[in-house]
Amino acid sequence: MSRYRLMRYARRVGVYVAALGFVTFAAFPFYWMALTTFKQNKDLYVSATNLKHVPWIFNAAPTLAHLKLLFTQTAYPQWLLNTLLVVVAVVLITVVVAVPAGYSLARLAGSWGEGMGIGIFLTYLIPPTLLFIPFSRLVAILGLQDSLWSLVVVYPTFTIPFCTWLVMGFFRSVPWDLEEQAMIDGYSRLGVFFRVVLRFAVPGILTVVVFTFTLVMQEFIYALTFISSVDKMTVSLGVPVALVRGDVYHWGALMGAALITSIPMAIVYNLFMDRFVEGLTLGAVKG
Amino acid sequence: MAAVEIRDLHKHFEGHRAVDGVDLSVEDGEFVVLLGPSGCGKTTLLRTIAGLEEPTSGEIRLGGRVLSRDVPPRARKIAMMFQSYALYPHRTVFGNIAFPLKALHTPRDEIEEKVRWAVRMFDIERYLDRYPRHLSGGERQRVALCRAVVREPQAFLLDEPLSNLDAKQRTTARDELKRFQEDVGITTVYVTHDQVEAMGLGDRIAVMNAGKVHQFGTPAEVYEHPADIFVATFIGLPPMNLLESIEALAPAGMLVGFRPEHFLPRSAFGEDEDVTTFRYHVRRVEYLGSERYLYGSLDAHEDPEKPIIARLPAMLRLEVEADRTHEFAVHSGQLRYFDEESGQRRDPPGAARGRADA
Ligand SMILES: Nc1ncnc2c1ncn2[C@@H]1O[C@H](COP(=O)(O)OP(=O)(O)OP(=O)(O)O)[C@@H](O)[C@H]1O
Ligand SMILES: [Mg+2]
Repeated sequence: MSRYRLMRYARRVGVYVAALGFVTFAAFPFYWMALTTFKQNKDLYVSATNLKHVPWIFNAAPTLAHLKLLFTQTAYPQWLLNTLLVVVAVVLITVVVAVPAGYSLARLAGSWGEGMGIGIFLTYLIPPTLLFIPFSRLVAILGLQDSLWSLVVVYPTFTIPFCTWLVMGFFRSVPWDLEEQAMIDGYSRLGVFFRVVLRFAVPGILTVVVFTFTLVMQEFIYALTFISSVDKMTVSLGVPVALVRGDVYHWGALMGAALITSIPMAIVYNLFMDRFVEGLTLGAVKG
Repeated sequence: MAAVEIRDLHKHFEGHRAVDGVDLSVEDGEFVVLLGPSGCGKTTLLRTIAGLEEPTSGEIRLGGRVLSRDVPPRARKIAMMFQSYALYPHRTVFGNIAFPLKALHTPRDEIEEKVRWAVRMFDIERYLDRYPRHLSGGERQRVALCRAVVREPQAFLLDEPLSNLDAKQRTTARDELKRFQEDVGITTVYVTHDQVEAMGLGDRIAVMNAGKVHQFGTPAEVYEHPADIFVATFIGLPPMNLLESIEALAPAGMLVGFRPEHFLPRSAFGEDEDVTTFRYHVRRVEYLGSERYLYGSLDAHEDPEKPIIARLPAMLRLEVEADRTHEFAVHSGQLRYFDEESGQRRDPPGAARGRADA
C-alpha cells in the first residue's frame, strides 16, 4: 500500500521535474530578451576575460535607453503597424480561400481529393529562395514594387497551400453522417457547411490563423526583395536592417523589438490554446 | 404524407449489389418494416429513398412524383433517423430536435411547443439542456427519434431506431411509436433485424436478403405462408423445420416444412384429425418455463447438424423423455412445400387439381 503511494509520489515528482525542464527551456529565450533589453551597455558588453561577471543577472541598474532608441530613432512603431496590416490581410485571404478549398478537397473531390491535397502541399515546399526571382518580375508587372501590397499578394502563395492541407484533415474528421442528417433535416449543402461543418472546423480555422500569423511574421526574403523604403518595412525586415549597422549590433534595441513583438503573440497563442485542446467534441454517434 | 413506390431499384457499389432489383409499394399512411439479416441492403435502400445515394437504376416515386437524382434530400421532405443517430454534438438536445424546424423557418414559440410535445412523448424532457455526449446510448436514440418526428414529413425512414434500448424501454417505445404513427398517419419505412419488432409493428413486412425482397406481405402472410425457404427459415424462433423429400409426402425435388410449434405428440391431436405422423427420436429436452424445446431427428431424416425442433407449450403436460422415440404429428394443413432447387414455395401435391377447379 505505502509502496504504491511512494511510487505515485515519485512519479509525480518525475512529472514536475520534466515539466520544469521544458518550461526553463522554453522560457529562457524570453528571459534573455527581457534581460538584454533593460541592461545598460556596460553590463552587456564585457571583456571576455572578465570571469567575475555573471551574465544572467543585472550587474548595473536597469535602463530604458534601448527602448528609447528603438522608438525614437527607428521606424519601429511604423513597422509594427505595417506587420499588423499585412498579417491581417493575409490571414483573411488565407482563411477565405483555404477553408472552402480544404472542405471541397476533403469531401467533394472523392478519391482525387487526397492526391490533390498532397500536390497542393508540395507547392508549399518550394523554397522562397527559388521563387523570389520570378515573383519580383510579377510584382514589377503589377506595379507593386516597394508597396506593402506586394507582400499581401505574395504571402498567400505559401500560406494557402499549407493551410488548405491543414484544414483538410479537420474536415475529414467531421462525421459524414452529420452532414447527411443535416441535408435530410432540410438544409442545402451551403447551409450544412455553415451550420454544422464549420463548428467542427473552428479549431482548424484557429490553427490556420495561428500558422498564417507565424509564417507571415517570420518571413524575410520576400520582404527584403520587394520592400526598400524603411517606413514600409515589416518588423522582421526593419529590425535587422536598422539595428545592425555594419558590424555594430544594437543588442539592447534588437532584443527590445523582439520582446515587444513576441509578447502579444504569446498571449494570443495562449488564448487559442484552450480552443485547440478543447478540440473536437465527440459524442455525435453511438457510444 | 405520401405513398412510396419503388420500381426495379438497383444500387451497386463497385460491382457489389447492395440493392438488387427491389420492387416495393408502400401505401399512404402504411407502416412497412424492412426485415433482413445484417448487410442485406436495408440501410442502402433507405438511403436511396432519402436521396443520399444515387440509384444505379430504377425509379422511386413519392406521392406520385418521380424522385430523380436532381431532387436533393431536403426537397424530398422525408424525415430519416440514422442507425448511428447522427446527433449534432455542438447543439443541446433542444437544439438538435429544433434543427429541422429551424430549416422551415418555424416561429420560435411553435418550435418550443413542438419540441416539448416530442420529448414528452419519448420521456426525455429532463435532458433538454444537455449535450449529446452526456447522454446514454438509449437516450441519444430517443433524441434522434424526437428529431425525426417533430416535423410533418412526407414519410418517415427509421433505421433500427430502437436497437439500443433495453428490453423494457423497447416494448414501451414500440408501443408509443406505433400509436404515434397511427395518430399522424404518416407513411413509415422502418428497418430492423429483430423479427419480433417487425411482426409487432408492421402493417406489412418486406423480408430482404442479399439486396432482394423475398416476400412482401402482412405479418401473418409472411409467417404462415412464407414465399420461399429463406423467409421460412429466417422468420420464426426457432425456424421452420425442413425435411428433404419424403416419398410419402411429396415428389422428389421438393422440401417439406413445418413450424416447431405445430409439431406435437400424436396424442395431442384428435383421433380423426387429418395429421401426418412421424417417428421422432428426441435427443434433448430444453425446459424454458413457458415452453419446452425438443431437439431430435426423424427416422427418415438423420442430420445431426440440422436437428428437427419441436416447441411444446407449457399447457401441454405430456411427459416427453430424451433418448426415446415418440410418435409426433403435424396437421397436414400446416405442411409447407418448397422447390428444392429454386427454394420457392409450391402448392401441396394433390392440391393443384383442387385449385384448378376452384
Ligand atoms: N458506401 C458503400 N460502399 C461499398 N459498399 C457498401 C457501401 N454501403 C454499403 N455497402 C455494402 O452494401 C451492403 C448492404 O449494406 P447495408 O448497410 O445496406 O446493410 P444493412 O442491411 O443495413 O445491414 P445492418 O443490419 O448491419 O445495418 C453491405 O454488404 C455493405 O458492405
Ligand atoms: Mg443498416
